[in-house]
Amino acid sequence: MKVPYYPGCTLHERAHDFDASARECAKALGIELEELPVWTCCGAVFPLTTDSVMDILAAVRNLAYAARLGDKVVTLCSFCYNVLKRANKVMRDDPEKREKANLFLLADTDARQGIESYLKEDYVGQVEVLHYIEMLRDLVGFDEIAKRVKKKLEGLNVAAYYGCMLLRPADEMEFDNPEQPTIFEEFLASLGCNVVDFPMKTECCGGFQIVNDEEIAIACSRTVMGNALKNGADVVVTTCPLCRYNLDEKQKEIGERVRDFERIPVIYFTQLLGLALGLGEEHLDFSGNYVDPRPVLVERSLL
Amino acid sequence: MRLELSAERIKGKLRERVEDLSGQKLSACYQCGMCSAGCPVVDTMDIVPSEVIRLLQLGEFEAVLESKTIWICASCLQCASRCPRGVEFSSICDALRAIVLRKRLSSPRVDADEVSPVMVSDAPQLGVVGALRKLNG
Repeated sequence: MKVPYYPGCTLHERAHDFDASARECAKALGIELEELPVWTCCGAVFPLTTDSVMDILAAVRNLAYAARLGDKVVTLCSFCYNVLKRANKVMRDDPEKREKANLFLLADTDARQGIESYLKEDYVGQVEVLHYIEMLRDLVGFDEIAKRVKKKLEGLNVAAYYGCMLLRPADEMEFDNPEQPTIFEEFLASLGCNVVDFPMKTECCGGFQIVNDEEIAIACSRTVMGNALKNGADVVVTTCPLCRYNLDEKQKEIGERVRDFERIPVIYFTQLLGLALGLGEEHLDFSGNYVDPRPVLVERSLL
Repeated sequence: MRLELSAERIKGKLRERVEDLSGQKLSACYQCGMCSAGCPVVDTMDIVPSEVIRLLQLGEFEAVLESKTIWICASCLQCASRCPRGVEFSSICDALRAIVLRKRLSSPRVDADEVSPVMVSDAPQLGVVGALRKLNG
C-alpha cells in the first residue's frame, strides 16, 4: 500500500533518524511512504490571528499538491501535522479564505519543478491529514503490530510525551483527549513496553521560545523530564523534532543545575518501533542524541 | 498599579482590534485564573495571562503592549484547552504581538540576523522559522 508522505523541513534536513526509521518501519509493515514529489515548508506555526490568509498559503499549497496524488497525506512532525490539519480545516470551513487561497494558488507557478499551477481543481480540503501514529492504528492496527513484533521490548520503562501540537486545539485536531491522551500508550503496549504513568505528557517543551530565550525551554524541559524521571522512565518517546531537541539537549543545563538529576534519553517513537520489529541499528540511528539511548537499550538486552 | 476607568478607554478602537484579530471576546473571561494556573511559562511572565485579559477588559492597552508576557507565550494552547469560557489567551497574545509588530511599536523580539549560530546550525529549522514568524512578524 502506498501512502503519500509529507516529511517537512526538519525531517528532511536534520531529523534523519526520525525520517529513516519511519520509512523503514512502514516498509516492514507493508506500507510504502511515497514522498510528495514537490513540497515546501508548511510555515512551521499556524497563525492564531484571524486575518491571515498569506500565513496559511504554504500549507495549503502542499495540501493542494497532495490532492493530485491521493486522498490522504501522512506526516510525522507535530508542528507540520498541526499546521497542515488546521489549514485544511480553514479550507473546508471558511469560504472567504478558501476563495482567496485558491486565487493565490491558481497564479502560483514553479518553473524549476515544471509546475504551471499548483491547482488542478479548487482545493476545498479534500485531503485527509493523518499523523503516522494514526496511520499505524487505522491502516495497520496495533493488534497487527503486536503480531509482527520480533523483539518484545519487555522491561523497558517508557514515558510517552505528546506535547502540544498533536492535541490542541482538541476540537480541530481531533487526535485524542487533550488532557488524558492514550494513543501512544496503546501503541507502546503493543510493542511489549512497560508504559509508565506520566502526568506531564501534555505539558509544553517551550517550543520555538528556545530561539528567543533558552531559559524558557530549560524550565519547561525540567518540568517534563523531572516528571518522567520521578515516574521511573528509562526513555521518553516523542514525535516532534523540536520537543526532542528541547527535552534532550536542555538536560545538559538541567543536569548542571539540579542535584540528583539523572539524564534520560529522548527518542522518536519510530526508533522504538523499529527496534521491536527487529530492524538493524543502521536504520534506527541512535547516535544523534545528547543523552545517548544506547547504554540503557544494551542494559535491557535490546541492542 | 493605578487604573483610571472610563467608558471611552474600555470601548476604544484598540479593544475592537484585539477582538477582531484574535477572534476572542474579552468580556467572556470571568477571571477564574485557569489560564494562568495551567500556563507552563507563567513564571517568566511579568503579567500573568488572566491579568492581561483583565487589563484589556479595563482598557489598559499600553501596559499590556509593553509587557514581556506577550513575547513569552509559546502558543501551546493549554490556556485555551482548559478555559471554561472558551477564551484562547494564546490567540489574544498573537493579536497583541501583531499589533506591536505591524505598527512597529517596538523592534521585533527576535531579529533574523541575531539568531545564535548554534540555533541555526543545530536546532530544528521549525524552531527558528516558528520563532521568526511569531516574534518577528
